Amino acid sequence: MAALAAAVTGTLPAAASGWDLLNMPRGVTNVSTRIYGLHMMAFWICVVLAAVVFSVMIWSLIFHRKARGAVPDVTMLHNTKVEVVWTAVPVLILIGMAIPAARLLVKINNNTDAQVSIRVNAFQWGWQYHYLGTNVSLISKLSMSDDAARMLDSGVNVNSVPDYLLTVGHPLVVPVGEKIRLLITSVDVVHSWWVPDLGVKKDAIPGYINQASFIVNPSKPGIYRGQCAQLCGRGHAFMPIEVRAVSPAAFHAWLKKQSAAQQQASTGAPASTPAAAST
Amino acid sequence: MDQPYESNAHADHEHKPHGWRRWVFATNHKDIGTMYLIFAGVMFFLGGGAAMAIRAQLFKSGMELFDPAVFNSLLTMHALMMIFGAVMPAWVGLANWMIPMQIGAPDMALPRLNNLSFWILPFAGTLLLSSFFVPGGAPAGGWTMYPPLMEQFGASFPMVVFAIHLLGISSILGAINVVVTIMNLRAPGMGLLRMPLFVWTWLITAFLLIAVMPILAGAVTMLLTDHFFGTSFFNAAGGGSPVMFMHIFWFFGHPEVYILILPAFGVISEIIPAFSRKPLFGYEAMVYATASIAFLSFIVWGHHMFTVGMPVAAQLFFMLSTMLIAVPTGVKVFNWTATMWKGSLSFEPPMLFAVAFLFLFTIGGFSGLMLALVPSDYQYHGTYFVVAHFHYVLVPGAVFAIMGAIYYWLPKWSGRMYDMKLAKWHFWLSAISVNVLFFPQHFLGLAGMPRRIADYAPQFTDWNMVSSIGGFVFGVSQLLLPYIVWRCVRSGKPAEARPWDGARGLEWELPSPAPFHSWQTPPSEAVLAHGAEH
Repeated sequence: MAALAAAVTGTLPAAASGWDLLNMPRGVTNVSTRIYGLHMMAFWICVVLAAVVFSVMIWSLIFHRKARGAVPDVTMLHNTKVEVVWTAVPVLILIGMAIPAARLLVKINNNTDAQVSIRVNAFQWGWQYHYLGTNVSLISKLSMSDDAARMLDSGVNVNSVPDYLLTVGHPLVVPVGEKIRLLITSVDVVHSWWVPDLGVKKDAIPGYINQASFIVNPSKPGIYRGQCAQLCGRGHAFMPIEVRAVSPAAFHAWLKKQSAAQQQASTGAPASTPAAAST
Repeated sequence: MDQPYESNAHADHEHKPHGWRRWVFATNHKDIGTMYLIFAGVMFFLGGGAAMAIRAQLFKSGMELFDPAVFNSLLTMHALMMIFGAVMPAWVGLANWMIPMQIGAPDMALPRLNNLSFWILPFAGTLLLSSFFVPGGAPAGGWTMYPPLMEQFGASFPMVVFAIHLLGISSILGAINVVVTIMNLRAPGMGLLRMPLFVWTWLITAFLLIAVMPILAGAVTMLLTDHFFGTSFFNAAGGGSPVMFMHIFWFFGHPEVYILILPAFGVISEIIPAFSRKPLFGYEAMVYATASIAFLSFIVWGHHMFTVGMPVAAQLFFMLSTMLIAVPTGVKVFNWTATMWKGSLSFEPPMLFAVAFLFLFTIGGFSGLMLALVPSDYQYHGTYFVVAHFHYVLVPGAVFAIMGAIYYWLPKWSGRMYDMKLAKWHFWLSAISVNVLFFPQHFLGLAGMPRRIADYAPQFTDWNMVSSIGGFVFGVSQLLLPYIVWRCVRSGKPAEARPWDGARGLEWELPSPAPFHSWQTPPSEAVLAHGAEH
């Protein structure tokens, strides 16, 4: 209840920023920025159309009222010319929207020429990443602190947990400026891998391997977070995605270190592996 | 003063059974219509209760009330109750009440089938609701029931499958009755292109129902045999495909959403001319637009599946076909606007709901257009943006149209007027709170909040709180509706045969309340013309 009161009054930093969350992020890939552009174009076209249609409606609501003594024009039954116009004009507007959308769609679905390929195995409830061509594999699940805080009656004020529900134990690490291809599947039910800033959402479906790819803008290294976007059972809200985009040099160093550690783990040496190894 | 149709010539026809027999053995379209509407009302409040519980859980970040498994059950049951329990039966109830009166028939063509199709419903509803009390709880895989997730739920899974079978049978029987009634019982002189729009939209809806309910039944039956009899329709390990379920489900699912909204188009096309005191503009265009929407509804299902990894060509096809729906839908909105243009408007409760429909359904249409663009849909899919979109078309869309219809025809049904002032309160509370409830969900979805989550990151708290407050106000305001109807039926002032001076159509040529067997003899051409021209 105290937490409730605090949240209502908006004294907490995380909650205070919430009012600004109104729109899609531009993201950090060329594709996500272009999706944002397409989204805004469609939005403004809709706003203009709404302004026109609603103005006519509102005009009628104000000036064609019985209370103002308006007399109905009962001869107004149909008008073929008008019907043709308001069928044809929307078609032209739609074509104008479809062309850029189709172009972008084709570009997004081009998954060739990737420099790094990662197999993504979704499971209830987490993600397993395997860097193809290496022995590096990691299990990425909701962080321990978030998991403790999320329990019913945990007594933890979730606003005090940084990036509550969006932090994982072992994040996916990728290089900026290189094309990353994801090969996405699931071992149990349907999930969906979604990171808004990367402009990628792709379902993980048992029996299918779906592809998705992205290139993080070289000027935008950082941590990008997302969540499973397909209802997948009790833990659906609790399978976040955390992507760390680092410089290619840092990435390769990290990969090498992981590889050595996992090699050591699989040969039975008592090493403290930073990431769980499986398969 | 209008001359109401003289129906007392054969008073013996007014004989009706009394007590429980009147309802259990009901064959009268009005009695059955009433039962449908009451059933829909009960389910609306139960489904609304589930919605309140969902909004309470989502009031703030950090789980407060329910285990996520219970939360998932609530959201699944909310959808099933609202779609199959509330909106569809409400439309069938309105069809029962209005179609015979509007086409000049004494009753529905198949009265005993009508009885059966209603009485299946309480059993189906009970079966569905009782799944809450079996081990493992109610199904929690969403109303879309995607395998393999759906098969992870225990005893409730077959219960829901059978409940859907029953609901589907009921819908198909109801739809057959509507088609047969419209095709055979129209008064002489009432050609197809003289039928009221509500009759037209219901005729098209009935064909959609007959076409797609068996597909849903097939899909859930395959789920059932996969689970219990070792088949592998949707089981990847056995050579099946979970994606095939999605295709079959949405091949049903998209026409289904038009089943929910087309009769609403009909109602709005009745109410707007009545309170604009002006005939519907572009009647034939409206009929053709409805038929086009129904046709297109069969070739757009893939837009629910843009992220499943379909080939680019398929995604392009579904994007273009989906965008095409905007054209006939636009034609409808423009024709309604043109109907109000140079009219003589007044704002009684039915018109208020119709005008709100016009604005808010159009907003839902715009977000639908945005969702059609595949690249943007990659970001919108599975988020609260989608939740906002379909609630805009279903709540201030379909549900407002149902409420408008009730307020429009209640004087005809009951022979009494309701409390206009209270009904306006109901309208304003609903219209404001529905926007407080659903508009912020656009923001949440765009900002990255997935749908169907039991708990969310703290930055989404503010708009969720606004949405929840809107939800609670909306939910509580709906209690006014049964109260207004109850007071009207009990003690309303007597209503005239044509309580709305601009109302057109045969139903207003009957006295209020309408006689038990609506048109015992077909209305003459003169009555027909009087109803149409008024």
